[in-house]
Amino acid sequence: MRKTAAVLAGIAILSLSGMAFGAEIVMNGSTTVLPIAQAAAEKYMAANEGVKISVSGGGSGNGIKAIIDGTTDIANSSRFIKQDEVKAAVEKGTYPVPFAVAMDALLPIVHPDNPVKDLSIDQLRAIYSGKITSWKDVGGEDKPIAVVGRDTSSGTYETWQEIILKKERVSPRALIVASSGAMLTTVAKNKYAIGYDGIGYINDTVKPLMVNGKKGSAETALDGSYPIARFLYMFTKGWPTGEIMKFMNYMLGDEGQKVVVSTGFVPLRILK
Amino acid sequence: MKDRLPGAIVKGISSAGILVMLFILYFLFREGLPVLRSVTLKELFLGDLWYPAENPPVLGMFPLIAATLAVTGLSCLLAVPFSLLIAVFVSETAPRPIREFLKPILELLGFFPSIVLGFIGMVVLAPWLQETFDMLSGLNLFNASLLLGILTVPVVSSLAEEALGAVPQDLRDASYALGATRWETTRKVVIPSALPGILSASLLGIMRAMGETMVVLMAAGGAAIIPLSVFDPVRPLTSTIAAEMGETPVGSPHYAALFFGGVILLVMTLTVNLLSAWIEKKGKMVR
Repeated sequence: MRKTAAVLAGIAILSLSGMAFGAEIVMNGSTTVLPIAQAAAEKYMAANEGVKISVSGGGSGNGIKAIIDGTTDIANSSRFIKQDEVKAAVEKGTYPVPFAVAMDALLPIVHPDNPVKDLSIDQLRAIYSGKITSWKDVGGEDKPIAVVGRDTSSGTYETWQEIILKKERVSPRALIVASSGAMLTTVAKNKYAIGYDGIGYINDTVKPLMVNGKKGSAETALDGSYPIARFLYMFTKGWPTGEIMKFMNYMLGDEGQKVVVSTGFVPLRILK
Repeated sequence: MKDRLPGAIVKGISSAGILVMLFILYFLFREGLPVLRSVTLKELFLGDLWYPAENPPVLGMFPLIAATLAVTGLSCLLAVPFSLLIAVFVSETAPRPIREFLKPILELLGFFPSIVLGFIGMVVLAPWLQETFDMLSGLNLFNASLLLGILTVPVVSSLAEEALGAVPQDLRDASYALGATRWETTRKVVIPSALPGILSASLLGIMRAMGETMVVLMAAGGAAIIPLSVFDPVRPLTSTIAAEMGETPVGSPHYAALFFGGVILLVMTLTVNLLSAWIEKKGKMVR
């Protein structure tokens, strides 16, 4: 509710202050894209006086809904727009335009003390669907596996479901955490745990695993050899014009892509 | 006219409050009931699989309802006896300086931010439980219930203490005059006559535990299964709503199901609330 209120307040301020103080851009959406959007907005505002960008994160679904309802200028999303959402947009007469702004790679993570180094997609699927329940079956100790997943409506979950589980269901016994940060804490504190998180969130408290013998990194995500990678999007209300167009150009240009790197994500191209 | 004005203002304000409540109720039902277009009531209440993001969504809320009941029940089992002991101590046996020191502290503890408690559960209690008992995960029913218990104790004990304090001094004096000791007086006179108040205090504590979101979201583990052991991870209704609402397409069956979960919670707390009101009324009649 507060986010909606903030967005509404933003619009109110925009309509009141109008063009006298320069442009204002409202961004809303995925918490995965939030760090990129926030850092880019700060840099852009510092370089362009008079532009005000307000960024909030309420989830990809909320962001796209805000684009459809016209309450935001840019929607951040960690997934592509869904069929139902396209339909809703058409009914409302809006036209969301997607821009891929960065890549995110999901890495399977385990406790640092876990001897397992590499898992195949099939093994990951068997673990997450509950068919493999002991580390012994994947080359580890004879200990149970504590499977940790994300809540079913997060973009991270959807990517994992699509690439790893495909048609299978994640075991109902899997622990579910509600954020990328909670995932990290949970896995770092449990020596039996396996989880997954975006490359930008992973730090020394956990051990990332290789997938199909490939180490997850910016290079392997970009050349397509690392299998668990996805694009992150910004949606605009129709083709962007004016200040929003300038911001999108900034985002896709070298400056913006450097911001992507600085927040721990994978840029669209390897920067010199 | 002048005399009526304050009354009218009070009436206006209070009816505005009721209007807001009715509006919330209307909103909950309006957003929640459409779920029945995609699943039947039976599937919703008795289905034991919760895969809301699938197409078509699988919306069995039984594990969620069971989890809410289990977490609430266990936390009250842990917290209520303890709170009553505190209440009796503060009201009946503590010397005045200690009582005056303990009472405000109890009341302040009632406002302890639950997210801090949830964080403690996640970062301290869960790893400790897991290491010590070598369980699969420390994020489970027991962990969440313990934390909820800590949240419930101040509520129940300070309300129960008030109920005990409201017992007329005459009753105590009469009991002493008959030669009863302090313990006998407390056990046979004060507690029985404060019983309705104590019960309604406990029920209010139950309500507090039932509606709590942050603690269960962080510490309960989040697996949508029917708990068979106190060390199973669970996913109560509140944490489901909190975790999933943000990324759910508005108007989808999943969205409606989450609102329907809100309706179920409302009905549950309302039942407890009415029960507590009924007990209180009953108690007044007896007295």
